[in-house]
Amino acid sequence: MTTSKAENGRNLKEAIIEGLIWFSGISAILIIALIFIFLLKEGAPAFVNVPISSLLGRRWYPIEDLFGLLPLLIGSLLVTVGAVVIAVPLGLITAVYLGEFAPTWQRELLKPLIEVLAGIPSIVLGFLGWVVLAPLVQNMGASTGLTAFTGALILAYMSLPTIISITEDALYAVPNEYRDGALAIGATQWQTIWRVVLPAARSGIVIAVMLGIGRAIGETMAVMMVTGNAANIPSWRTGLFFQPVRTMTATIAAEMGEVAQGSVHYSVLFGIGIVLFLITFAINSLATRFVSGGDGRATRRRAQL
Amino acid sequence: MTRQQSQKVATVLVTAVAIIVILPIFLVLVYIFAQGWSALSWEFFTQPPRNGMTEGGLLPAILGTLFLTLGTAVASIPLGIGAAIYLAEYAPNNRLTRLIRLAIVNLAGIPSIVYGLFGLGAFVLFLNFGTSILAGSLTLGLMTLPVIISTAEEAILSVPSEFRIVSLSLGATRWQTIRNQVLPHALPGILTGIILGLSRAAGETAPILFTVAAFYLPELPKSIFDQTMALPYHLYVISTQVPGMPLQIQYGTALVLLLIVLTLTLVATVVRTIMRRRRQW
Repeated sequence: MTTSKAENGRNLKEAIIEGLIWFSGISAILIIALIFIFLLKEGAPAFVNVPISSLLGRRWYPIEDLFGLLPLLIGSLLVTVGAVVIAVPLGLITAVYLGEFAPTWQRELLKPLIEVLAGIPSIVLGFLGWVVLAPLVQNMGASTGLTAFTGALILAYMSLPTIISITEDALYAVPNEYRDGALAIGATQWQTIWRVVLPAARSGIVIAVMLGIGRAIGETMAVMMVTGNAANIPSWRTGLFFQPVRTMTATIAAEMGEVAQGSVHYSVLFGIGIVLFLITFAINSLATRFVSGGDGRATRRRAQL
Repeated sequence: MTRQQSQKVATVLVTAVAIIVILPIFLVLVYIFAQGWSALSWEFFTQPPRNGMTEGGLLPAILGTLFLTLGTAVASIPLGIGAAIYLAEYAPNNRLTRLIRLAIVNLAGIPSIVYGLFGLGAFVLFLNFGTSILAGSLTLGLMTLPVIISTAEEAILSVPSEFRIVSLSLGATRWQTIRNQVLPHALPGILTGIILGLSRAAGETAPILFTVAAFYLPELPKSIFDQTMALPYHLYVISTQVPGMPLQIQYGTALVLLLIVLTLTLVATVVRTIMRRRRQW
């Protein structure tokens, strides 16, 4: 069989297009590799030039070459733990409401509203936290309104859409036969949800919580505006959550603009970037493992949040 | 407590929590509208800031955000749609594909400030673009990629496989089938994803901090190698870095940013709703 010239031309054109499509497909792998390589390139000198004992120190004071990461790690940890403790119960219960209790018209109305919340820029929430929430927290009796607690509140609010949507998807995936079966043997709706639906949706809920954590730990601007940015380790005595803290993300955002390129301080900030990259990478990869059978819908859902 | 009582208590509690979660969303929107409304004026949209940014308008910041959003679109749309087509139409179920999906999930999970660091290291310094619209757009574009890929893939997958089978059986090639049958039907869904992704990019601050954003720059950028002001960073600057800033201007700026982002989100939602109504399969 002979092929015409036009057909040859078309074959070549399609081969090029399909080549480009293949390249786009694998580009995600290239990009994530490049991100890590560039972080390493700029950040690795930090782990060479600054002794590990210094990096593990309790004082972050770059002017005196003190690069103790402990206060920043503790700052991020406090704010994230606070946010998770607030957001997880609220998010799970709201998802249960949307998925199991709410009539259809409410669901149609509320789901877009939660998308709106996901779309509010973090800087706008940070701004509100700064002008409205912080004074309220101060009125509660803290010495300042800019505390880990304030940051946790804002962050909780910001990670709610992630937790709600993924939990709701997980509830939706539970077959209706489970509910019908439980109701048929005389369980109340609440017993059905608590004893049957939630356990069946367990893995999805775990993913929701993990990704909520991932979201919270990486947030930058809002946290920078409301946590007071003091790089010290809060003490138990004065109320762990009611003192200013400084997170890893806020440290990078606040200080990168002022450092000389290539300086030790500069590379330590990139080093913090490496730590953040590895933490979120671990959380997201682990969450992917929980999806039985791997990829598909759940993965896509997550990439959209 | 009997089972019936606990059912009642649970219903009340769950509903109450849902209200506690959802009510603040309304409050935030209403509050910013109420506080920022009075700042909006013709001058606010058409003049650069004056007098230490305490007077005048937002023109350079609004245009800057517009340019960055356009740049983000150019940087992310072709690659995003290409990757979506690959995953939906070509990718075999193998190790490489799972690796791609893992990479996409992780791209979505990387903190925005880390994207900012990468943009600084790769685009500003290594490729020597300097702090510029180009560097900022590329950084935001990479960040937007996972949203576009995943929504576009979903849209492409939702096109019934009969369409493909018929097209292929009529002698069309694989690419002709995708180009003429699949993509046109997936287009509204793809558009929704693009708009949602861009609305996120428009509101981001951390990725543009070191890659493009200018503290104060009343002139408009002349090329993609210039710095520019941008609304999110401007809001950060005037609310925390400039003492004595009138609160009204701060709320007004927050409102303008919110309006831009919410308008985009609304457009995306409307496109999606129309698409669902029109769908014939």
